[in-house]
Amino acid sequence: MALTNAGFDRELKKGSAELLILSLLQGRPRHGYEISQLIEQRSAGTLKFNVASLYPLLYRLEKRGWIEGQWVEKPGQRRRRYYRLIPAGKAMLKQQRRTWAEFVAAMQRITGVSHA
Amino acid sequence: MPDFKKMVRDRLRDCGLSPMRECEIVDEISQHLRDRYEAQLSTGATEDVAEREIIEELEGRDLAGDLRKIEERWIDPVELGTGEGSDIWSGLWQDLRYATRTLRLNPGFTTACVLSLALGIGANTAIFQLIDAVRMRVLPVAHPEELAVIRPTDFHVTGRHHGRYGYVTNQMWEQIRAQQQGFSGVFAFGNEDFNLATRGQVRYAQGLWVSGEFFDVLGIQPILGRVFHRPDDRAGCGAPGTVISYEFWQSEFGGQASAIGKTLELEGHSFAVLGVTPANFHGVDVGHRFDVAVLICSEPTIAGESSLYVLPHGWWLVAMGRLKQGWTLDKASAQLEAISPGLMQETLPPVYQAEARKEYLQKKLAAYPGSTGVSNLRQQYESPLWLLLAITGLVLLIACANLANLLLARASAREKEIAVRIALGAARGRIVRQLFTESILLALLGATFGMVLARLLSSFLVRYLSGEGDVRHIFVGLATDWRVLGFTAGLAVLTCVLVGLAPAIKSTRMAPALLMSLAGRGLTTTRERFSLRRALVVAQVALSLVLVVSALLFGESLRKILTLDSGFQRDGVLVMDIDYTRLNLPYDQRGPFRERIVERVRSLPGVQSAAETTEVPLGGSYWNDEVVVNGEVKKGWVDMGHITPGYFQTIGTPLLAGRNFNERDTASSPKVAIVNQEFARKIMGTENPMGRTFKINVYRGQPQYEYEIVGLMANAKYDDLRKAFDPIAFYPQLQDDRPDANAEIIVRSSGLLEPIVGELRQAMADVNPEIAIDFHSLAAQINDGLLKERLLAILSGFFGLLAAILATVGLYGVMAYMVAKRTNEIGIRMAVGAAPIQMIELVLREAGKLYGVGVAVGVVMTLVVGRWAASLLFGLKPYNSAVLATACLGLAVVTVLASAVPARRAAKLQPMAALREE
Repeated sequence: MALTNAGFDRELKKGSAELLILSLLQGRPRHGYEISQLIEQRSAGTLKFNVASLYPLLYRLEKRGWIEGQWVEKPGQRRRRYYRLIPAGKAMLKQQRRTWAEFVAAMQRITGVSHA
Repeated sequence: MPDFKKMVRDRLRDCGLSPMRECEIVDEISQHLRDRYEAQLSTGATEDVAEREIIEELEGRDLAGDLRKIEERWIDPVELGTGEGSDIWSGLWQDLRYATRTLRLNPGFTTACVLSLALGIGANTAIFQLIDAVRMRVLPVAHPEELAVIRPTDFHVTGRHHGRYGYVTNQMWEQIRAQQQGFSGVFAFGNEDFNLATRGQVRYAQGLWVSGEFFDVLGIQPILGRVFHRPDDRAGCGAPGTVISYEFWQSEFGGQASAIGKTLELEGHSFAVLGVTPANFHGVDVGHRFDVAVLICSEPTIAGESSLYVLPHGWWLVAMGRLKQGWTLDKASAQLEAISPGLMQETLPPVYQAEARKEYLQKKLAAYPGSTGVSNLRQQYESPLWLLLAITGLVLLIACANLANLLLARASAREKEIAVRIALGAARGRIVRQLFTESILLALLGATFGMVLARLLSSFLVRYLSGEGDVRHIFVGLATDWRVLGFTAGLAVLTCVLVGLAPAIKSTRMAPALLMSLAGRGLTTTRERFSLRRALVVAQVALSLVLVVSALLFGESLRKILTLDSGFQRDGVLVMDIDYTRLNLPYDQRGPFRERIVERVRSLPGVQSAAETTEVPLGGSYWNDEVVVNGEVKKGWVDMGHITPGYFQTIGTPLLAGRNFNERDTASSPKVAIVNQEFARKIMGTENPMGRTFKINVYRGQPQYEYEIVGLMANAKYDDLRKAFDPIAFYPQLQDDRPDANAEIIVRSSGLLEPIVGELRQAMADVNPEIAIDFHSLAAQINDGLLKERLLAILSGFFGLLAAILATVGLYGVMAYMVAKRTNEIGIRMAVGAAPIQMIELVLREAGKLYGVGVAVGVVMTLVVGRWAASLLFGLKPYNSAVLATACLGLAVVTVLASAVPARRAAKLQPMAALREE
């Protein structure tokens, strides 16, 4: 079946959204707007998370105990909620990366698509 | 700048988030939107465009829907003391929700409360349902308040008494019908069992003899066919047909319309089914129902030689009537009294001797209330039922005291919270109402489950009262009518008030500042509440004592009656009722016929001994007469019967002197008798009556024989275990001039009774297959006669135990509370050197005080209420010191048990921890 761009976007995002968030939090704690900006920038606009899909996802990850949110008020700034990766999330990130790598390798073998 | 918070909040309205969580999410997402908006503006977009983009982003997905899947739904808590408005309904719904939530969050407490209430309310309702059915409910006929029973003012009769009531003879009834003026209609009825089976089988239907106008006066219309009317009822009517009840129609004919015209065999006579009565009509004898109704004029056809129809001294009917407009019972009684002398003169049995004539002619008729029908069940069981209601009432009170204590304990745990709320401005009355709602809810739940329990318990009681034997089934129409519902509702309300109001009021009476400063310590100002709890426990102990004493009294009463010396051995005896009416044997052949039967029975293996008797001890029927000694009629009734040799051996009554009857005591030999010790003492005035003679005070015109006493038997009970020994005289069966066409054969077996039943049946069939036979054990028959005692013993025992358990729980609760509240004090004592054993003593002393006061009050109560139960006891008085002492000891044990755990806890307290505790 032919997959439109919107459809392609939706299907891929569904499976990889969690991986995206977890990997972005690996370096340092970030707040929600920052996460959405990073995703958009690093994907050169391919991937966009609007507010109505990002925050439910963050709350879901928080409920699962993979990330932890905390309100932080820095001098001269409005208070924001920063999320950081916690040990269970780190373990999940490792697993998801492995799974994703295997999937990509399998796709490559079948389709002959390679990346630079 | 757009209001981003409002945008987000609007979209989260139906999420069911808690206020705090909603705040958080709104802050976070609105922050994100602001950042996005500012970023848009910085790229040169206008405010409108930027805002439109934000809104598009928000509406891109169902934010609320996604959040609902992730976030916990928050239940709006109801704050104590809140609620707008000042009228009674505002906040009522809130109170209910709050109470429901509180009870749901404490399942253990709620279960305990509801269960004890359900038991208390259920037990009360069950007994009340029985009282209602037996005593209060009017007959389901048109205008029952117009009905009256017409009978002589005294119950004593001379002659043949048949059936449950037998207030009037047929002759009296016919004269009442002819001469009465106060009633628009009168009718008569009697009860009878009819054997539906043939060829030796026995299957009884509960029958009613009715006069022609029975159904018309009561206003009963048939649902099928027709009922009897006045013209049907005339002398010599034969077997014109029968009217059957709805239940009988369903069970015998499957509820088919084709039942009309079909025949039923009643005692071997064919009766066509004429009609079916409505489902809710069971006759006017409360406690029994009928299967078939037969006209009084058919009685001679069925009864044959033992007919009472033309017997002037046969007492077998009840007369009732419907008062005319404007006539009262008193006016009707006056008219009946006026016609009594003439009526009695006209119906005087010619066979009566002088004494009996005088008594009969002095009888007066009167009218008595008949809206609730007649009922021997009522006579027998009314007192026990009221007593049981009092007992269950006490159980409910004890349960209420328990609940009140529990609620008080919980209220005191919340006193700080309540104080804060009052200080913040909550209305005191409002808080009381909210706390009271909890007890209302508990009472409602308890009442609901109680109704279910009541139904189960009353059905069980009715089945238990029915006893053995297929025609002795008691029928009580248990219905949840308005009286029963009202009673239950009343109990529920009473429970609420008793249980809930005091704790609710007490909780809010204290000054908030004082409450808050106490920090839960057990000091002076909460002493008042503790006093109330202690008073409740004292009440519980007192009431429990009353119940435990009653249980012991009834249990002991039953034990005494079961083990008393009845004068015969009840176990291992089978009673065989045989009816050989269909053989149509003349009188002179019956004696030898019965002898042959007894011989046949004796020859069977497994039969140790057998004999025939006209009256089985405690069998429900009896024959008694006065005797004449040296021309003088001796005062006092003598129980009599005809027996065959082997009777004493079979029944197990020893022969003390003289000889037994033997084959030489025949119809042509001199008349002889065997009497008991009481007869010898009371009638003959000697301990050795051998050779002395007496005559029976027979009816006029009957042969009067002289009987020589040839044997002396030990005293034995005859018609009632509870009565003292009566004088008894037995005669040889062969010397009976007019033996009935039925007999009772008693069989003693060396083994179990069941196996020989089949053999006996076969033996009788071999003699003649037309002999109808029925069996029951003597022990079971006697047991049935003790139903009242057994019922009282079992139920009072059960409730006594329940009361003791509830009292234990109550005591435990108060002791535990006491220890918890005095933790500081205990800590101080132990810190200054008191030993743990002294702490145990402290607790036990406190419990002992409660026990002491409770028992003292209980003993007084027991003595006061004891006299009501006196008439229901056998062989002991209600003021029985042994029983009282046992009950007190039992409750002492209960007290120690209830205090054991709290006492141990007190002994194990660490002084430092105790001192630190607030």
